[in-house]
Amino acid sequence: MELNIIKHSTATSPRPPVDEADRRLLAAIQHGLPLTPRPYAEIGAQLGVSEEQVIARLAYLKEAGVIRRFGVVVRHHELGYASNAMVVWDVPEEQVTELGRCIADFDFITLCYRRPRRLPQWRYNLYCMIHGKNREEVLAHLEWMVNHCGLQTLPHEVLFSRRRFKQRGAIYTLPAETDGC
Amino acid sequence: MDATDRHIINNLQGDFPLCERPYAEAAARLGLTEDELIQRVEAMLENRTLTRFGPMYHAERLGGALTLAAMKIPAQDFERVAQIINDFPEVAHNYARENAFNMWFVLATETPARIGEVIGEIEKTTGYPVYNMPKLEEFFVGLRFEA
Repeated sequence: MELNIIKHSTATSPRPPVDEADRRLLAAIQHGLPLTPRPYAEIGAQLGVSEEQVIARLAYLKEAGVIRRFGVVVRHHELGYASNAMVVWDVPEEQVTELGRCIADFDFITLCYRRPRRLPQWRYNLYCMIHGKNREEVLAHLEWMVNHCGLQTLPHEVLFSRRRFKQRGAIYTLPAETDGC
Repeated sequence: MDATDRHIINNLQGDFPLCERPYAEAAARLGLTEDELIQRVEAMLENRTLTRFGPMYHAERLGGALTLAAMKIPAQDFERVAQIINDFPEVAHNYARENAFNMWFVLATETPARIGEVIGEIEKTTGYPVYNMPKLEEFFVGLRFEA
């Protein structure tokens, strides 16, 4: 098993217009697309719009990045990815972007964000998430990344997860991609 | 899970077709029939290999908000605090981690203002400070797994 990653660039794009009809459409499919040969026709019938309109609007929402992806959503624990580590780094502000991009380039990284420090308790400002089948695999990936990106001298901590209390994705009125950190 | 299920998982985590017969088109790409693809997805939802078949949304682009928050909880009080946090519908997931900051959870709310309210409620109910660590810059997000 290997991690296989899709790349997105979503940092600062402006928010696209999403109207009430879009929200109703997104809400209608948030728990899943109907498992019937013409799912978009079924959704359209529910909402009182044509199949063609459903398809066109979903295409727009995908293009605009409101829908990040569309397909099977797996339970990674059930696929054998039992180990996950959040690795946090204390990086000088002027190096964050460069190092963030270097880290984000690795296949085994599933998230990489800059976040605020909370001094004096918490000095770390760059976060990444490494998923693996076991700790050894995660730590070997980390070592490879540290050497490649020149992170040896930067203070960091590895926070393995001990228990997963809750994981439901973010379904409130609409689900978003929130897995990991 | 057999080879066909793995093939479906590995090739259908994004880019589901937008056309009249999307399952037929996706099935053709995978070398399956429309019926077989629908039945297998159904079975994997039933046995909980999949959480769902459908879209992942971008919360901020829908007017909502997300943040990561952390707390330092003494061992003897950990279960009580975990229960309180998990009971909030805005908590999308919550992990115990190996660190002095041992409780890490993601909040997903319909409005940005609600983030601060939930944090305030958690602080008040648990008696411990919550450290809010929202995303400032995103270098990468693309969780995708190979079976």
